[in-house]
Amino acid sequence: MRRQVPPDPPSTSRSPVVALSGVAKTFANGVQALDGLDLDVRPGEFMSLLGPSGCGKSTALRLIAGLSEPSRGSITWGVRNASARRGHDIGFVFQEPTLMPWATVAGNVALPLQLGGTRPAEIAPRVAHALDDVGLAAFHAAYPRELSGGMKMRVSIARALVTDPGLLLMDEPFAALDEITRFKLNNDLLHLWQTLRKTVVFVTHSVFESVYLSNRIVVMTPRPGRVFKELTIEAPYPRQESFRTSAEYAGYCRIASEALTQAMAAAA
Amino acid sequence: MSTRARAFEPERILRLVLPIATLVLGIAAWRFVVTFFALPPYVLPGPGLVWQTLIDDRAVLFESLGVTLLTTFQGFLLATIGGITLAVVFNLARVVEYALYPYAVIIQVTPVLAIAPLLLIYLPQQGAVLACAWIVAFFPVLANTTLGLNSVDRNLADLYRLYGASWDQVLFRLKLPSALPHILAGIRIAGGLSLVGAVVAEIAAGSAGAGSGLAYRIAESSYRLNIPRMFAALILLSVAGIVIFFATSALSYFMLRRWHESAVSRER
Repeated sequence: MRRQVPPDPPSTSRSPVVALSGVAKTFANGVQALDGLDLDVRPGEFMSLLGPSGCGKSTALRLIAGLSEPSRGSITWGVRNASARRGHDIGFVFQEPTLMPWATVAGNVALPLQLGGTRPAEIAPRVAHALDDVGLAAFHAAYPRELSGGMKMRVSIARALVTDPGLLLMDEPFAALDEITRFKLNNDLLHLWQTLRKTVVFVTHSVFESVYLSNRIVVMTPRPGRVFKELTIEAPYPRQESFRTSAEYAGYCRIASEALTQAMAAAA
Repeated sequence: MSTRARAFEPERILRLVLPIATLVLGIAAWRFVVTFFALPPYVLPGPGLVWQTLIDDRAVLFESLGVTLLTTFQGFLLATIGGITLAVVFNLARVVEYALYPYAVIIQVTPVLAIAPLLLIYLPQQGAVLACAWIVAFFPVLANTTLGLNSVDRNLADLYRLYGASWDQVLFRLKLPSALPHILAGIRIAGGLSLVGAVVAEIAAGSAGAGSGLAYRIAESSYRLNIPRMFAALILLSVAGIVIFFATSALSYFMLRRWHESAVSRER
């Protein structure tokens, strides 16, 4: 690894990276997306927010990113993560690649550094590292329209990683991709998470994806969303393709699936 | 496929050959009508006579063409700069937009032919002609730029917000590049319209008995029943319009070809 690796989060410290407490969000049009959401994001974890479409998962992510303000409740940042409050320590990956079509791959990845006022001399090597991390070093001069959907998403991930943020927020990033590409990106994301040691909050509506990736799944109720149940996935990392066909994986998928069904029923 | 092989595709040949064939047929029909009905030149001159007039009167005609083109170019330039600047101001300060936009529309929908005589009273002639060219051409730039600035990808806008972009970073790095295809579409319309505006004003000014532009030559030749020269001047104006169209289209193509769908070849 080229970057300095922060020491393991002290296991005695249960201080969350960020904690949502009693968070509610009602939009101007009267739609209540969240009500009474309590959520801790723990240092170094890969946490999935799992829920049906429209349950406020994405809204929760936007609140954490500071792109939206809660109507009620509080969002508290851990002491060591004070800079995340200002967005400096957060990487965000949208459902679409959300690239600037007029800029090259390198130009897109450089954006967060340029906006943050990083010295120009420092930008190029950091962009090269981030592109290397996602396996796109050879495509730095390509334009987004020349890339496949999976490659565009890799660029989007590289852009989120280039500032070396402690917290990575991902909003159904692979939902629009074909299954083969999605599986490949799942594996690569897990590898990145393990080597770069980020805290990840991953929004998905796929039971299978959440089980494969996470060490904790938070199942949410339909709108207005709140936490219905938390599941811990004990399966060890690194997880390989063989994990997808294991009995352990199938068992977790059944538990998560049942929790999701119960969440739907509880709301009805 | 190489470009050389593509140039010989049947459809490309047809698209080049057919318009030329139409032109040749049209000129032949024109010539036939003139000789068959033995039309005098003051009713309808033949193509040969028009060509001869174009050569014989080239000194006066091309001097006038220069005058008209200069006006057109100045009007076009002012319309482009003014249209883009005003759209940016509108975008940054909604109050200004609400106050001024209705009047921009009123200037646009009032026929310039009706405004020109008034302008000729209050402005020096060259100024009035220029003002007409500007009035006709600036609105498409304003309207298209406004549309472009408002059609920024919302997720990209969020991304800029997440990284704490300043208003000028948002304007120059996000809004203006996003709007570029629309701005160029406005510029393409403005190029042709500024010629229209210049011609309209010259004709209005010509009837007041002054001026030396190409449209003035047409009006003057009309009074003198010098029909061949009218045709010769008309052809020059038409060619000028075609050149402007191709110049602005080429500008658009070269600015967008790397990234925008409109300028990208279908072939992959």
